[in-house]
Amino acid sequence: MLRFFGEVMNLWTEGVCMFDDRSPIYHQIAEAIKNDILSGELGADEQVMSTNQYAAYYRINPATAAKGFQQLVDEGVLYKRRGIGMFVSPDARRSLVEQRRERFFADVVEPMVSEARIIGIPLDDVVARIQAMRGGEPV
Amino acid sequence: MSLGIDIQGLTVRYPDVTAIDDLTLRLAGGKIYGLLGRNGSGKTTLLSLIAAYRRVREGRVIVDGQEPFENERLTQQICLIREAGDVVIDGDSVGNILRRARLLRPTWDDDAAERLLELFELPRRRGVSKLSRGQRSALGITVGLASRAPLTMFDESYLGMDAPSRYAFYDALLEDYMEHPRTIILSTHLIEEVARLFEEVVIIDRGRLVAHEDTDTLRMRGAAVVGPAVAVDDFTAGMTVLGEQRLGGTKSVTVYGDIGEDARRVATDWGLELSPVALQDLFVHLTKGDHA
Repeated sequence: MLRFFGEVMNLWTEGVCMFDDRSPIYHQIAEAIKNDILSGELGADEQVMSTNQYAAYYRINPATAAKGFQQLVDEGVLYKRRGIGMFVSPDARRSLVEQRRERFFADVVEPMVSEARIIGIPLDDVVARIQAMRGGEPV
Repeated sequence: MSLGIDIQGLTVRYPDVTAIDDLTLRLAGGKIYGLLGRNGSGKTTLLSLIAAYRRVREGRVIVDGQEPFENERLTQQICLIREAGDVVIDGDSVGNILRRARLLRPTWDDDAAERLLELFELPRRRGVSKLSRGQRSALGITVGLASRAPLTMFDESYLGMDAPSRYAFYDALLEDYMEHPRTIILSTHLIEEVARLFEEVVIIDRGRLVAHEDTDTLRMRGAAVVGPAVAVDDFTAGMTVLGEQRLGGTKSVTVYGDIGEDARRVATDWGLELSPVALQDLFVHLTKGDHA
């Protein structure tokens, strides 16, 4: 109920829909590129789209796109080569993985545990399910 | 090249209504601006004054350091496309209209005009009287973009165009702007469609300036505070409340203004959810009220 009430989604009626109203667009651009780096879609020292290409593709103002890219440069995720473009920093993936790992328990595990408590799922059941999912995989 | 605009104390009175009411606004130029306002809010009057279609009686409109009225050096650099009408004379053909626009505009680009005709599937020989409303709008947009005027303004120029044509317009506008940066003002009420194209947004209501901000900043200024009614009321006391809704014991209050880190922590402690508000909703809240 709470969630439904407060949620404001902003959808394109047509074309590429990728951003919502939860945070500034430039922030979402930066997150999207980080996700591409984490998933391996963008490799180390690989060139990323130019801000203009990015703006045209997603139909957003180029200044907004530039702001998102600048944030990544400031964080050391991307680096610039003058006159050529922007590239993925060699150790971007490693440091992003590290950051995500630090946040994993706070962002994923703790909310899951509190949700399980609220709706009355015993933590033993949760652990059992995780064990089952692990299956034959080596840990 | 792009032109900046400096408006001070601008007032326009009609016999029965004040269309522009002591408006002060400065646009640095070189950006895509969204001009948002309800019908009758003064958008068209404002753009007409910037384009020197009419003389300023009270206040000042300065474009690139000069008054545009009866200033040919400036007016050939300013292009206003109002809803279709302007560039269209019945009995004329598409090709003739483009030829005429070309004579008026030192920055005219033939190739761009050709590409846009193709994009909107406008036949050069077609008589304007045989064009649909949407095609007339597309012709206006073709003239507006191919003019490459350092200050280009589109006043609800998409009327009658279907969604695919409107998106084709937005794409063409964005592409052309990136290749040839200039000052572009788009007045619209189809906010969600174009909000992301705007670097800055100007909202006017009843001839007055309501907001002028960087688009992302403006969006982040609105927040919906949702939670138990009592906690929501306590939290939002003293804030600028734009609207509220209640459903049982749950209340959602839309507020406008900066919510700092401390306040956000308090909200979390009290079990309140803060969520951003879509620009369209913010616009509706900021411009609602009695409209005659």
